[in-house]
Amino acid sequence: MEEKFAISIYVCNKPGVLVRLTQTFARRGYNIDSLVVSAAHNTDFSRITVVVQGEPSTYDQILRQLNKLVDVVHAASHESTDVVDREMALFKVNVDTKKRAEIFQIVEVFRAKTVDITDQSLVIETTGDSSKIDALEKLLGPMGLSEMVRSGKLIMKRGIAET
Amino acid sequence: MNGAQIVVEVLKKQGVEYIFGYPGGACMPIFDALVDAPELKIILVRHEQGATHMADGYARSTGKTGVVLVTSGPGATNTVTGILTAHMDSVPLVVLTGQTITPNLGKDAFQEADVFGVTMPVVKHSYLVRDVKDLSRIIKEAFHLASSGRPGPVLVDLPKDVVSEEWTEDFRAELDLPGYQVQSKGNSENIKKVAEMLSKSKRPLLYVGAGAVISGSAKQVLKLAETLQAPVTTTLLGKGAFSEIHPLSVGMLGMHGTAYANKTVVDCDLIMAVGARWDDRITGKVSEFCTNATKIHIDIDPAEFGKIIQPDVSVNGDVSAVLEELLPQIKKLNTKDWLKTIDVWKKKYPLKFPKRGGLRAQHVLAELDRLTASKAVISTDVGQHQMWAAQFCKSIRGRQWLSSGGAGTMGYGFPAAIGAQLGNPKEVVIAVVGDGGFQMTMSELATAAIHKLPIKILIINNRYLGMVRQWQQLFFDNRESGVDMEGNPDFVKIGEAYGIKGFHLRRAGDVTKVLKKALAYNEGPCIIEAEVTKADNVFPMIPAGAPVSEMLIDEPHETRKLKKPEGST
Repeated sequence: MEEKFAISIYVCNKPGVLVRLTQTFARRGYNIDSLVVSAAHNTDFSRITVVVQGEPSTYDQILRQLNKLVDVVHAASHESTDVVDREMALFKVNVDTKKRAEIFQIVEVFRAKTVDITDQSLVIETTGDSSKIDALEKLLGPMGLSEMVRSGKLIMKRGIAET
Repeated sequence: MNGAQIVVEVLKKQGVEYIFGYPGGACMPIFDALVDAPELKIILVRHEQGATHMADGYARSTGKTGVVLVTSGPGATNTVTGILTAHMDSVPLVVLTGQTITPNLGKDAFQEADVFGVTMPVVKHSYLVRDVKDLSRIIKEAFHLASSGRPGPVLVDLPKDVVSEEWTEDFRAELDLPGYQVQSKGNSENIKKVAEMLSKSKRPLLYVGAGAVISGSAKQVLKLAETLQAPVTTTLLGKGAFSEIHPLSVGMLGMHGTAYANKTVVDCDLIMAVGARWDDRITGKVSEFCTNATKIHIDIDPAEFGKIIQPDVSVNGDVSAVLEELLPQIKKLNTKDWLKTIDVWKKKYPLKFPKRGGLRAQHVLAELDRLTASKAVISTDVGQHQMWAAQFCKSIRGRQWLSSGGAGTMGYGFPAAIGAQLGNPKEVVIAVVGDGGFQMTMSELATAAIHKLPIKILIINNRYLGMVRQWQQLFFDNRESGVDMEGNPDFVKIGEAYGIKGFHLRRAGDVTKVLKKALAYNEGPCIIEAEVTKADNVFPMIPAGAPVSEMLIDEPHETRKLKKPEGST
């Protein structure tokens, strides 16, 4: 049975690093569900959060192979209780003025925001853990949801420890 | 100075002797800078693949880093096979490739190839240099990465405008590798656990690989084996890490290892991997490999732990350093009965070959081993001759056996011998090659000839791609397909065309005489074309993917049909 894993990786901020990482996953048959890359506070480095799906039996080995890459400072997996995880999403709903009210209700309950509005559509923004975004997607689905863009999961270790 | 002169200066500082290379437009500035650096000798090859194998043979036989310099595009892509070969066997190489000017990158310029991208899966690390200011640091890093930790090939792609630019370089830049740490000393607690596990073993086996050769651990391995009184098996690439003529040696294990090594594997109660990686040629069917034995794994690369075999205890560190710490904690084990059992196997199942029926490759190789007193540096190609050489040519020290193990690269043996002879001018260097593999890189005969290298090129010519034919015979109902080397040239005549001495060897009765003549010839390379029986097979054999216990010691009877192997190749 394949499982999902969230890994945070701290790497040198250089061209080609991402290719080496993704090659490592692809070679072992891991599919990448989401991937977030940005420069770290120290811009010589980047922080990457990646969610992958694959065989649990090879997971430890993949972490070791990631750590073996010259440009990887560290790669680590985390227990969900140790970390804050967040994801952001934008939803485009094709809806006319008559049905808007129902959607606004949902938006309010989810503490989401409407960030664009026309007479035929709405764009809704939300932030939260991935399950909240999944739930909102499910509710908006039958109400004219036409597009969804997700940022991918971000992870930060709780407390003073480094991610 | 310009970028090319900076490159050359760093190469000098690294103590490079030879650059194996081939010029072209994009690397002309570097070849030009080499004119003013006569201490860096250019070995002009005939094909870039040859350059990489020469650098590899030089590196394996000397322990130094091999250097390759080629041009962009096809020059660079021709090195890929050699880079893979070095990567699979942890050989330190620095491969410098010319590249089109940076404004042209990604625009399909003449002789442009994204060699940084092409080689990414087969290098330890690689660089595309975009700024002359980074050049000296990057070349220094390339040498550091190639040779430290688990060695490997490092590629540096050098755009022509970067190496042409003027820059005042002070060569003071420090290495900048925050993500690269090498664990040298092992974890002391784990080493203590290893000592405890060893103390409980009655039937131990030391399984020693290339890591012990690279780490230069001959002394420590010898002391370990003699103190414990434990048998030692060496892998194809570990040959010589422990002398194969030592009474505790059971020789090579695995697919074509000795029967007694493989029986020792099956019956041991503890197996300790010393710089070896449980390759599929060794484990056979992994789920049935040493199921009841305690497994210990010492390796400098932690990514090897649990990759194939889950060890009971692992120690991450340099083999020599780990063994140094372990040695004071161990004592003699009571292995008398175990060694006696192994001696019985040695007597009952020796390596052997039919004495009659024409000239046998095994006979030639066994005699070569005798006449050189197992002291020659031997490089091989891949196939039957390689396995026979591994069986019958004993290694008594590290770095005298050069063979493409992981990649299994045909065409490796002859160019590797050129690199080895350049690096070891006083040693007898012999390339043992097949008629198939030799034809893949024999254009390097010119390279060997112009440098008058006294390499002995022993061609085991059975006019077949013998290992494939053997598999077709055993597993594919003897349906031969694409294995007949019809059209082989007369190899002695080929040599003559290059001014190279040649010997024909056709009769079993002439083996000693011809080999002696060839070994005494030192004015340049010579070819010994041994025209051996066509259809000999290599045994013992563990069919790919089968458990070690299903080893075929001898040719199976014709009536017995073997099922197709489950393993890859």
